Amino acid sequence: MERQEFAIKVLSPAAFTLVLFLLWEIVCAVFTVPLTILPAPSDVFAALWQYRAPIIDNSWVTLWTTLVGFMIATLFGLGLGIAIGWHRAIYAGIYPVLVGFNSIPKVAVVPVLILWFGLGEIPAILTAFLISFFPIAVNVATGLATTEPELEDVLRALGASKLDVMRKVGIPRSLPYFFGSLKVAITLAFVGAVVSETVGANKGLGKLMLDAQASFQVPIVFAGLLVLAVMGIVLYAITALIEARFTGWAFRGGANR
Amino acid sequence: MAYGRGAAAVRAIEQVSLEIARGEFIAVVGPSGCGKSSLMRLISGLHPPLAGTLTVEGRPVTGPLKSVGMAFQNSNLLPWRNAVDNVLLPLEIVEPYRSSFHKEKKPYEAKARALLDSVGLIGFTEKHPWELSGGMQQRASICRALIHEPEILLLDEPFGALDAFTREELWCTLRDIQAARKVTVMLVTHDLREAVFLADTVYVMSQRPGRILKRCEVKLPRPRDLEVTYTQAFQDVVHELRSYIGKNK
Repeated sequence: MERQEFAIKVLSPAAFTLVLFLLWEIVCAVFTVPLTILPAPSDVFAALWQYRAPIIDNSWVTLWTTLVGFMIATLFGLGLGIAIGWHRAIYAGIYPVLVGFNSIPKVAVVPVLILWFGLGEIPAILTAFLISFFPIAVNVATGLATTEPELEDVLRALGASKLDVMRKVGIPRSLPYFFGSLKVAITLAFVGAVVSETVGANKGLGKLMLDAQASFQVPIVFAGLLVLAVMGIVLYAITALIEARFTGWAFRGGANR
Repeated sequence: MAYGRGAAAVRAIEQVSLEIARGEFIAVVGPSGCGKSSLMRLISGLHPPLAGTLTVEGRPVTGPLKSVGMAFQNSNLLPWRNAVDNVLLPLEIVEPYRSSFHKEKKPYEAKARALLDSVGLIGFTEKHPWELSGGMQQRASICRALIHEPEILLLDEPFGALDAFTREELWCTLRDIQAARKVTVMLVTHDLREAVFLADTVYVMSQRPGRILKRCEVKLPRPRDLEVTYTQAFQDVVHELRSYIGKNK
C-alpha cells in the first residue's frame, strides 16, 4: 500500500516529466530545429549551468518580490473577504467595483506603477499583490456566505454577538476556502511579478529573459522559463502543504492522516 | 408570527398559548409544517414575535435567552472541533463562564468529558464529528445544550434523523438527564410515541396557521421503561392524540 502510494505520488510525475523532456529532445533532433526557434532541453540545461550566477541572482529578486506581494495580498484579501462577507450591503457595494478592477489586465497597470514608483522592485511587488488578492477575497467571502445558518443558530441561540459568530463559526468555516485560494493566488503572484519585470525593471527573471531575447540567446529565455516553472511548483506545493496542515477536517482525514 | 411580507406572508402560528411549569417536560406534536419549529424559535428568542407576548420566568423575551439550551434535528456540531471542544462552545459565549474560560479551561474540559461520558460517549470525546455515528453526534449535541446548565432545554426534533433503535436509546438518555437535572424541557416532534414516552404534557398543534388543538396530560407513572410503550394504556394515549392530527381533511 505504502509502496503504491509512493509510485503514484513520486514516480509517476517524475516519469511523466522525463518522458516530456525526452520527446522534446527527440523532436528537436529529428527536425533539426534551429537554436533560435526552439532549443532542445540539453541546450537549455547547458545554458542554465553556464549562466547560473545571473540566473540565481535574478531568480532571487523575482522570488522575494513575488512573496512580498503575495503576503500583502493574503492580508488584504483576507480582510476584504471578511468585510464583504460581514454584511450584504458591503457585499453589494464593493463587489461590482472588485469585479471591474479584476477585469483590468494588470500589464496595463504596470506602466502607471513604474511612473509612480520608478523602475525597481516596488512595481513588481505591487503587480503581484494586485493580481493575486482577488481570488483570496472572493473565496473568503464565499466561505462566509455559504456558512450554514443552522451553525450560526447554535451560537445565536446562546446570545452570541455578530463578532462571536464570526470568530467561532464564520472564520473557521471559511478557512478551507481561504487556504484553497492561496494555491491559486501564489501562482498568480508569480505571473504578476514576472509580467511587471518584463514591462520594465532593472532586475528579475522577467528582465533577464527580455534581455536574452533581445540578443537572440533563446536557450537563456527557456532556462528562465524552466526556473519559473520549478519555482511555481515548489511554492504551490508549500501552500498545498500548509492547506492540508490547517484544514485537515475539511478533507475528512484523507489528505494528511 | 409570520414569515415574508405583505400578501405573500405566511402566518406560521397564531393564538398559541401555553404555560410550562418549572421542571416540566412538555412535548409539542403536529403535522409537518404546522409551525412547531417556529414556536420553538419564538421561545428561544431567535425570532421576535409580531404580536402577543412571550415571557420566560416572568420577563418578556426580546432576544436570545442565555438560560436556554437548544438542540436541533441536525446535530450541527462544528466539524473542525472535536466532541469536547464542541461541547465547550456555549461556555465560550455565555457569561459567567465566558470571562473565566481561559483561566478555568481545565475544569471546564473535565466537566464536558464527564457529561459526554454520562451519555455513553466514553472513548469518543476527542473524536471529530465525522468520526461519530449519527446517534453519537446527537448525544454530543445534547451535551452541548446542557453544558452551561440552562433552566430550559429546547429540543427541535432532535431524534428525527435517527433510526428507530438509536432513537429509543436516546429517549432513555434524555429521560435520565431530565430526571437527574430537573431541567424544564420543551420537545418538538412528529413522533407521537416519543412525545408520550417522554413528556408530562403533550400539546397537539393544527395545520398552518398553527394553533393548539389539544392539551393532554400523560398520567403514566415515572420512571418509565421502554416496556411501557407496549402497554395498552400507552397505546390508548397515542391513539387518542393521533385522532387530532390531520382530522380537518
